[in-house]
Amino acid sequence: MKTLLSNELLENIGRQSCPQRELVTRRDIKKYAVAVGALQSKYVEGDQAPPLFHIALFWDVVGLNTLSTDGLSKDPLLPKFPLSRAMAGGSRIDYIHDIYPGDWLTATRTLTNIYEKKGHSGPLIFYEVDMEIINDAGELVIKEKKTSILR
Amino acid sequence: MTFIQRSEPFSVQLGDKLPHREFKPDNVQLFLYNAILWNAHRIHFDETYTTEVEGYPGLVIAGPMIGDWLHQCVEDWLDGEGRLVSMEYSNRITAYIGETLHCGGNVIALDSDSKEARVEVFIKNEAGGIVAPGEATVLFAEKG
Repeated sequence: MKTLLSNELLENIGRQSCPQRELVTRRDIKKYAVAVGALQSKYVEGDQAPPLFHIALFWDVVGLNTLSTDGLSKDPLLPKFPLSRAMAGGSRIDYIHDIYPGDWLTATRTLTNIYEKKGHSGPLIFYEVDMEIINDAGELVIKEKKTSILR
Repeated sequence: MTFIQRSEPFSVQLGDKLPHREFKPDNVQLFLYNAILWNAHRIHFDETYTTEVEGYPGLVIAGPMIGDWLHQCVEDWLDGEGRLVSMEYSNRITAYIGETLHCGGNVIALDSDSKEARVEVFIKNEAGGIVAPGEATVLFAEKG
């Protein structure tokens, strides 16, 4: 079968982002909890971060001049793929330690896999990005695997 | 019958239902969510661009926010009595501002030794379509 995945593209597997270290604040937790409509007071009061708070904490703060007309910016971890239309993917997240205001957390993202499948209307490219979040004691706090699909 | 004592006299059993909850986000909530992320994707706030350029019927509800509601469905059920240790989910159907979404789920597996339960959760749209299916693992007491 002819593949869309060149050796050059596959050589990007293993590429890793620079570690990103961020401070968890009560204010940011409260803003996140209000925005998602959280009901539990520990989240709304900012005493503890709700489970998906790390998405907001580690979303890239990019400059306005790096945004394209659709408002997105290029993810520097990813190579140029031969397909570009994104389809819904999936995530698996392991929550090892709770997160509190005052915690310093460091996230590192790794492109761990690129593979191809045959879809109903043509080929699909799947890629996986792992994110590991550790605290300043070096303990793993959250581990996430995100699978994205291109058609 | 396999069951787990949660905290006296509470117990969890296979097939237990998670409480339903309704989500009807407006564009203010969607804006605030994407602002805290620093997500400038126009399909979440620029209705003219979203409908005329991207061809969507309306502003698109952010996928990770729907993912958050799956987590809330489990955590609101736990109500502090257990700990969410993992969640696996996907976004299957695009949802738009103006829609009313519902969450729910049920207990699909129990392990009384490890005090773990597997919970199936979902976000559905008004037509009954599964917008986002998920599966969570929860722990009711520390092992050992």
